[in-house]
Amino acid sequence: MKIIHTDEIIAAVEKLCMDANYFLGEDMLQAFHTAQAAEQSPLGQNVLGILIENADIAKTEQVPMCQDTGMAVIFAELGQEVQVTGMSLTEALNQGVRQGYAKGYLRKSIVKDPTLHRDNTGDNTPTVIHYDIVPGDQLKITVAPKGFGSENMGALKMCKPSDGLEGVINFVVETVDKAGANPCPPIIVGVGVGGDMEKAAILAKHSLLREAGEHNADPEWQKVEAEILRRVNQLGIGPQGFGGTQTALAVHIETFPTHIAGMPVAVNINCHAARHKEVVLTGRDA
Amino acid sequence: MAAEILLQTPLTQAKVAQLKAGDAVLISGTIYTGRDAAHKKMVDALAQGQELPFDVKDQIIYYVGPSPAKPGQVIGSAGPTTSYRMDAYAPKLIELGLSGMLGKGWRSPEVIEAMQAHGAIYFAAIGGAGAYIARCIKEAEVIAYPELGPEAVRKLRVENLPAIVAIDASGKSIYAEGKARYQQN
Repeated sequence: MKIIHTDEIIAAVEKLCMDANYFLGEDMLQAFHTAQAAEQSPLGQNVLGILIENADIAKTEQVPMCQDTGMAVIFAELGQEVQVTGMSLTEALNQGVRQGYAKGYLRKSIVKDPTLHRDNTGDNTPTVIHYDIVPGDQLKITVAPKGFGSENMGALKMCKPSDGLEGVINFVVETVDKAGANPCPPIIVGVGVGGDMEKAAILAKHSLLREAGEHNADPEWQKVEAEILRRVNQLGIGPQGFGGTQTALAVHIETFPTHIAGMPVAVNINCHAARHKEVVLTGRDA
Repeated sequence: MAAEILLQTPLTQAKVAQLKAGDAVLISGTIYTGRDAAHKKMVDALAQGQELPFDVKDQIIYYVGPSPAKPGQVIGSAGPTTSYRMDAYAPKLIELGLSGMLGKGWRSPEVIEAMQAHGAIYFAAIGGAGAYIARCIKEAEVIAYPELGPEAVRKLRVENLPAIVAIDASGKSIYAEGKARYQQN
């Protein structure tokens, strides 16, 4: 049994919010360079060069790479042999976001009511938290700020089993095609297949936590990822939608068993500012 | 890529007529910011017979909600937001003489029709390049709706802000042309 105090959790989340917004992952930078070399459009190559320079400025000056510092999405995996002390875990995660967005000069983009009262909450809370209870005595926290230029371009379809693999692929490709220039390509395409409606959506979001281009563990699904990437990059959308061959940098698929009558498919598009940082807290002995 | 065109605001009709979809420009001079909530307020103000916070004639509105400035910064990160959310409001402002919009992503047929009818350009800035673009912003001042925070209307002085003519005043679009050029199958 381990004990983790919420003060430690708050400090960790505060730092993760800032780090995620300032420091683009090496995997993404590598993907930019690879795409720049492969891109056929001169304008597209130019865009990728600016994105590489932008990431460098953000890192050097410790400023957000994008002004949309996102809705703070948190995945928390709590070992069942951990006891959290202090305040509630949910309140601690929100407090960490509150402090990170204030101290880090990050934009506060959350409104109180989605429809009736679109007043800014002023501190970028509440955060969206996905909890998982797992074996072990650690707490893993991933902060993945998500901008809504790309979030708005996601889609979910309750496909029929008879739609088959071609139905899954077509829906993903159509979703990217409809999104066009809006989600700030080059994008990462997150796909969740199976489960029920909300499970598919969470799988799609969760797949975006992988390093760019890290494949599904199943060789059959790896092939599907490669096929969707090929089809998406034939659309011609290109960097920023100005035309080109590098519309997506990677396709990530996650799957889950589903009902005999269904085949839910969710697509969550990430812009090129694919941000996620994680920490594992080990606490102290009880 | 062809050499960039140096574009000084205000964006007069003579300048509008010379810009073609796909042109790379470097924008310098005064531009104004406005996004979702500010557009709603401006169009509501017009409906009530009130004046706009600034005269839009020959001006460029930049669709941006910057992050807060750190001490010593003029402005925080300041890349474009997605433009289609302003489509419901843009034709009204174009009718009043607005000649430039700076954002990212596709526009509606209604916006493009208004651009053709009244002579306006839609520029695309590099979405997500917020830290890079901030360096081109030399002065920033909130001139209306401060209660909107990042969505307040700001007057900016920019120098060599890079953008692409995404849709020109004849309705030609880099999005359609570029996609057609590189589409396979």
